[in-house]
Amino acid sequence: MIAWLVGFIVLIVKIAVVLGTLLFIAAYLVWVERKLLGRLQVRLGPNRAGKFGLLQPIADSLKMLTKEDIVPEAVDRTIFLLAPAVVALTALLMFAVVPFGEDITLGGRPIPLVISDINVALLFIFAMSSLGVYGVALGGWASNSKYSLLGGIRGAAQMISYELSIGLSLVPVVMLAGSFSLVDIVAAQARYPYVLVQPVSFIIFFISAMAESKRIPFDLPEAENELGAGFHTEYSGMRFGLFFIGEYVHIQVLGALLAVFFLGGWHGPYLPGPVWLLIKMMAVALVMIWIRGTLPRLRYDQLMAFGWKILVPAALINIVITGAFVLI
Amino acid sequence: MTLYSILFYILAAVILASTAMAITRRDMVHAVIYLVVSFFGSALLFYLLGAPLLAALEIIIYAGAIMVLFLFIVMMIRIRPSAGRLLSRVQLLPAIVMSGLYVVVGAFMVTGDTAGRGDFQPAVAAPETLGQYVFQQHWVTVEIASLLLLVALVGAMIIGGKSPPESHPPVEEKS
Repeated sequence: MIAWLVGFIVLIVKIAVVLGTLLFIAAYLVWVERKLLGRLQVRLGPNRAGKFGLLQPIADSLKMLTKEDIVPEAVDRTIFLLAPAVVALTALLMFAVVPFGEDITLGGRPIPLVISDINVALLFIFAMSSLGVYGVALGGWASNSKYSLLGGIRGAAQMISYELSIGLSLVPVVMLAGSFSLVDIVAAQARYPYVLVQPVSFIIFFISAMAESKRIPFDLPEAENELGAGFHTEYSGMRFGLFFIGEYVHIQVLGALLAVFFLGGWHGPYLPGPVWLLIKMMAVALVMIWIRGTLPRLRYDQLMAFGWKILVPAALINIVITGAFVLI
Repeated sequence: MTLYSILFYILAAVILASTAMAITRRDMVHAVIYLVVSFFGSALLFYLLGAPLLAALEIIIYAGAIMVLFLFIVMMIRIRPSAGRLLSRVQLLPAIVMSGLYVVVGAFMVTGDTAGRGDFQPAVAAPETLGQYVFQQHWVTVEIASLLLLVALVGAMIIGGKSPPESHPPVEEKS
């Protein structure tokens, strides 16, 4: 009974730490993005609240929280209210299976540095990412506005298409590691990271993951200049904030997944595991911000053609080649 | 009653209720959402029975892919909720006959078979074990199912794809 209770408390502490870190980094990722985008566009970026604008995320969240929560009259109320939560929830839940360090021993008990090591962790991530579509699609539908509906439909189509290439790009990783568990996949990369043997998978996964997170050049669901923010046009206050948190948590999760599947997870010299994972996550996030500052938005038909005619066939060929190598 | 049995009955109630809601909603989007909840319940049931792989696949394929496709179509063609009777008499009769049949068969199975009486014992099937079982014992079934899907895919491409103009027979003009 005591052992069970201690295990439970450890689990709660782990969840609290991970949740707090994710949300804290999400807030400061917004600051990093605004600052970096400002520099890329030869501006200064936020610089009024605190030194270097460091208090800007806090000011923003206070503003969001105290704003009026407006629900337009013609919306489908229940769905409208729940949709942002779906986006934030699925993004946060994905982190539950990401290992962030070696087992540590505390008071004679080994504590694995992962919230839940289930044997179908990789499929759990797919499940969560495919459920995230509902937040976007239903948020757009429930708003009962043309632009939101268009954004929602685009979001659904885009996410269905790119989920396929994400799934296919990870099949070689599973073949090499021989397991769906992220802990095993990281353990299998102790000698060398998989990006060295699976560069094609790495590129396909990175592109598709960027499309899943709906960021430039794949931000068609929210294309500001044609749809006026798309699926979240009608949202205000903290409900809009939840969509926002969902996006920035998603960026971190994608960074973590890219690290786990291709960059060796928490493995690295000198520094402890969690620090290495954080460094890799941030590196991916910075590259994504850089891409956002560089590339223009794709057209809808280009997006679909790119997903179905280039990424999916490339991923399939890659699976066949990897299968041949694994057999030999 | 073990904890597993309690969870089972809660899940079963959720699945039944959400499915009933799904087939009685007039608004198609609401029906789709209730059906997603129902699939979610089934997935949790699989997990409870010790098949995490099936649970994950149920969510990815049914809740995550097929229902999103449904939602996509419903959103795109914007069906107005119908105002008339939900189920006409022609639809209602077969439904009642079939569900009556199911109730009778179910009652016979529950009373006749004693194997299902004991306490609920979960088994655990690892993904590797399940995969090896399916592909070693039932590979013919898997191949037939995949062939069926391939045929459906090709058929959908032929129906949905742009047909070249010369393949159409010239339309005869009415004199």
